[in-house]
Amino acid sequence: MKTFLAVLTVVAAIAAFWYAACVPMNIKSVLNTAARAGEVVVPADSKARRDAGETGLVFRNTGHIAATWAEERPRLPAPHQVAAELWSTTVDKKITSKRSLVYHGWVTLSATLLGFAIGTGLGILLAVGIVHSKVMDMSVMPWAIVSQTVPIIALAPMIIVVLYSIGIQGIIPKAVISAYLSFFPVVVGMVKGLRSPDAMQLDLLRTYNASTGQGFWKLRLPASMPYLFASLKIGIAASLVGAIVGELPTGAVAGLGARLLAGSYYGQTVQIWSALFAAAILAACLVAFLGLLERLILRRMGEKA
Amino acid sequence: MKSESITRTVIEARSLDLTFQTNDGPVHALKDVNLDISQGDFVSFIGPSGCGKTTFLRCIAALETPTGGSLSVNGMTPDEARRNRAYGYVFQAAGLYPWRTIAKNIKLPLEIMGYSRSEQEKRVQDVLELVDLKGFGQKFPWQLSGGMQQRASIARALSFDADILLMDEPFGALDEIVRDHLNEELLKLWARTGKTIGFVTHSIPEAVYLSTRIVVMSPRPGRITDVIESPLPKERPLDIRDTPEFIEVAHRVREGLRAGHGA
Repeated sequence: MKTFLAVLTVVAAIAAFWYAACVPMNIKSVLNTAARAGEVVVPADSKARRDAGETGLVFRNTGHIAATWAEERPRLPAPHQVAAELWSTTVDKKITSKRSLVYHGWVTLSATLLGFAIGTGLGILLAVGIVHSKVMDMSVMPWAIVSQTVPIIALAPMIIVVLYSIGIQGIIPKAVISAYLSFFPVVVGMVKGLRSPDAMQLDLLRTYNASTGQGFWKLRLPASMPYLFASLKIGIAASLVGAIVGELPTGAVAGLGARLLAGSYYGQTVQIWSALFAAAILAACLVAFLGLLERLILRRMGEKA
Repeated sequence: MKSESITRTVIEARSLDLTFQTNDGPVHALKDVNLDISQGDFVSFIGPSGCGKTTFLRCIAALETPTGGSLSVNGMTPDEARRNRAYGYVFQAAGLYPWRTIAKNIKLPLEIMGYSRSEQEKRVQDVLELVDLKGFGQKFPWQLSGGMQQRASIARALSFDADILLMDEPFGALDEIVRDHLNEELLKLWARTGKTIGFVTHSIPEAVYLSTRIVVMSPRPGRITDVIESPLPKERPLDIRDTPEFIEVAHRVREGLRAGHGA
């Protein structure tokens, strides 16, 4: 109960900060609209308002504060506006509608999941190779690290163009970008995990004359599970980012990235923010699902309850 | 255990040398070690840190490779003996897999060695009984005390029924009371199975209480300074430690350790 209250307090503080931030952010356009409608605003001159500071305007026009939370195209939409947009574009719209966030969310999610599967598979394979071969350790690991220093936003268009030129388009290029981001945490985590058994554990297997394969399946792989799940949680969030970034350069018509892009073309800030929140909620759900899976599997592996 | 049959030598070391190359220069871990261990012997290795007692045990297990001299286990090279699964090894830490139950931990070597399922089950039950852990097979390691975990690790080493049991300070991390109890149990187990046991320890009472022979070692370079044949009977209740014979042997071990240290 105490923690619940504490968590609630934090959420309330964030919301309060957000509402407060909306006031100065939106005050100028609110005053302009009001002035055009013939209401009294201070100062009345639009040029003077343009040059005035936001904070001062707020204090001189306290009567217009409420309007900063209800604009149609605010610079910064208020939380309830974003929530209302989320509600109307998910629950109230048919999911087949081009304006449904569920539809767009699924487009992004499918690319995310495919990319995540590819990235995880590739990451595990590379980790197994790196742990078992010194050559791979020295040749692959540096490239894996370098690959993550290239900004994905610069690389994504090239991946899409190259794949398009060999006739691959649709979900695959997005999934490739997604995989590109998600394989790295899996490689790092799995290498660490597969190497986690100590010298004594390896000596013990040696006294049984166990093969490398037996050592892998019976010791290294199970020992790496906690590390794998930590990596997967980072990997799936990175996958989602990758899929969204993959939707931007093509000017895709569907997907959360497309919603972001369309929103920014038309100044639909509420749409941008609701797409952002949809992405965040989706990521949270994916991570939570992995957390659940982790608990389930580690519990079966005898972890202390 | 004496006159029943001709005692066979199972472990034979002749002028064994082992030098580790480290960044600080070569370290002479073993120098001119000569030792015969006969079948059914309980041999303890005692000495201060760095005297090579663990290294010698690891050489027998082919976990280290000597740089000179000869070493044979069951008439084979240590590595051949390892491949033939000639010994079970118990480390200082129990090293049970936390994701396996006690029974499945004991099955680990059996799975690796390709025993049939029914044989695995049977052997697990047998060794669990042998180490007095019957009924704990389905528990996970964290549900057991440190002493019970170490018993499980001994059961694991016994499960494939190798003739030799190598134990590297197996009770070093346990408290005195648990250690006494496990020492008693180990002697019973040894009497029942007739295995040859190599046992590394820091503790003089433990070495004297358990062994038929005590090998006293000293460091820099690691070498054997004394080999003491124990005059104690095979039946050893815990209070044998208060008898003059016991104190006499313990005294001789202490003398040997002191002499090795002075040199």
